[in-house]
Amino acid sequence: MTARPFLPAGLIKRIAWGRHSLRASVLAYLAVLLIIPLLVILRDGLQEGLTGFWQTISQPVAWHALTLTLWTSAVMVIINTVMGTLTAYVLVRYEFAGKALLNAIVDLPLAIPTLVTGVMLVILYGPQQALGGWLDHTLGWRIIFAPPGIILALLFITFPLVVRAVQPVLLNLDREQEYAAATLGAGPWTIFRRVTLPALALPMSSGALLSFARAIGEFGAIIIVAGNIPLYTQTAAVFVFGEVESENRAGASAMSIIMVAIALGLILGVEWLQQRQERKSVA
Amino acid sequence: MINVTKMRRSVVQPARSAGVWRRQLLIGLVFGYVGFLIIAPLAGLVSGAFSEGIGAIVSALSQPDVLAAFWQTLLIAFIVVGLHTIFGTMLAWVLVRDTFPGKRLLNALVDMPFAVSAVVVGYMLLLLFGRNGVLAPLLAMFDIKVAFAMPGMILATLFVTLPFMVRELMPVLKNFGIQQEQAAATLGASGWQTFWLVTFPALRWGFVYGIILTFARALGEFGAVLVIGGGIQGRTETATLYIFRALDERMYVGAYSAALVLGLCSLLLVLGTELFRRWRE
Repeated sequence: MTARPFLPAGLIKRIAWGRHSLRASVLAYLAVLLIIPLLVILRDGLQEGLTGFWQTISQPVAWHALTLTLWTSAVMVIINTVMGTLTAYVLVRYEFAGKALLNAIVDLPLAIPTLVTGVMLVILYGPQQALGGWLDHTLGWRIIFAPPGIILALLFITFPLVVRAVQPVLLNLDREQEYAAATLGAGPWTIFRRVTLPALALPMSSGALLSFARAIGEFGAIIIVAGNIPLYTQTAAVFVFGEVESENRAGASAMSIIMVAIALGLILGVEWLQQRQERKSVA
Repeated sequence: MINVTKMRRSVVQPARSAGVWRRQLLIGLVFGYVGFLIIAPLAGLVSGAFSEGIGAIVSALSQPDVLAAFWQTLLIAFIVVGLHTIFGTMLAWVLVRDTFPGKRLLNALVDMPFAVSAVVVGYMLLLLFGRNGVLAPLLAMFDIKVAFAMPGMILATLFVTLPFMVRELMPVLKNFGIQQEQAAATLGASGWQTFWLVTFPALRWGFVYGIILTFARALGEFGAVLVIGGGIQGRTETATLYIFRALDERMYVGAYSAALVLGLCSLLLVLGTELFRRWRE
C-alpha cells in the first residue's frame, strides 16, 4: 500500500480499471455457476410456502430418507474422527516401516471416484460374493443394500479429511507441555487426554464437520452400495434422484433446499474453525 | 552406585516396554483399519475385474459403447480443465489480492461444491435449463440444447470441480506477495506482461497440481452428470454412467473393468502428483 504513491497516475488508473473488470467477471462467473442455481432451487422449493415445504418433507418416505442420512453420517463422523486422529497421531509421532506407504494410502479415497468405491464394496461384501455371503449366512450381517453398507462407504470416502486436518497441527505442536506433564508424573493416556487432545480440538472438529458435509450429499457410492429402497436404504440424495426421475418437483426441491442449507451451514462452520486455528497458530 | 543404576533400570524398563507395546498396538490398529477399509475393497475390485481373465477385460473394454463413453468423459474433462484454468486463476487472484465487502462470504462459497450433493447440482441445472426450466424460452429462441446434452454435462462438471484450481493457486499467490509485480509495473510492464513474465512462472506448480486434481475429479463425476445428462447410451453416456448401466444390466466384467480403469487413472494422477510434490519439497 505504501508503494502506491510511487506509481504514475495513469498506471494507477489502469490498474484500478483492470481490477474492477476482473472483479466483475469473476463475480459474474460465480453468479452463473454457483449463485443463480442455488437461488433457483430456493425459489422452486418455497413456491408453495413454508407449510407446503413442511408437508413435503414430513411425508414418511422423505422424512425417513432425511433421518437415515443424518444418523448414518453421524455414526461415520464418530468413527472417522477417532480413527482419523489416531492415524494422524501414528503418522506424526512414530517411525516405522511402511510409514510413507501409509501416508500415501490415506489420500487414495480422494482420488477414487465414489461410484468406483461403491463397486468395490459390492464386490467385497455383496450377498453373492464369498465374504458377503459368509457374513450374511453365518453371522446374519447384511452390509450391502443395508445401512451398514452406507456407513462403510461414507467411512471410505471421508477417511482423508480428519487425518489431513489433524496431521499438520500435530506436526507443529510444541511438545514442551507434554514433557512438562510427563515430568510431573502424568501417564501417557493422561497426557494425551489432558494436553494433546485439547490442542487438537479445533482441527478435529473442522475435519469432522467437513466429513459430515461430504457425507450428507454422497450419491454415487450409496446408490451402488445401498440401492434405492424407500423407508429402508433410501438416503436424501437418492430420494432427490428418484423425485427428479419421476418428475416430482416439489419433493426434489424441498429436500434439495434442506441439503443445501446443511451444506452451507457446515461449510461456514468449517471456515470459522479454520480461521480460529490460523489465528491460534499465529499467536 | 550399582544399586542406583539397578533401581533406575527397574523403574525405566517396564515403562519403556509398555511404551513399545502401546506403540505397536496403535500402529497395528491403524494398519488393520486401513487394510480393512481401503486395501481390501481395492483388492476386491482387481480380483473381480480379472475373474474371467484378461481377455474378457480387453474385449469388454473395446466395445464401441465403452470407448464412446470414455471418450465423452475425456472430452468433458479437457474442456472443464481449460475453463477452470482461466477462470480459476482470475478467481484466485481476486480472492487473494482484491478487497471488497462480502469477500469472506465469497471465499466460503467457493467451497460449496465440495458439500452440495452432486444430485442437487444436476437438479439445479435442470431447473434452469430443463424442458420447463427458467431459461427454457431463451434456449428455445436460440435453439440451444443444454439439458440432456454436452453443455449441461460440462456445466455440471464445472460446478463440482470449482474449488480445486482456486484452492491450489490461492496459497501460492499469497506467499508470492506483491513486490515483484509492483517492481515490474514501475519498470513499465503492462498488466499482461506482468502476469505472463512475473506472476505466471511463480504459480506454475500450483497450475500443474490444480489442473491434475480438476482433471481427476472430472473423470469421476457421476451424480450431477447423470441427472443433467440422462445417461443416454451413445449420446450422453460418460464412463461412470456406463459403469452404472453395466451393473444394472448385469454385465459385471464390463462394469468392473471400466471401474478399474477409471479408478487407476484417477489414482495414478493424484498419487503421482502427491509423490512429486513431496519429492520437490
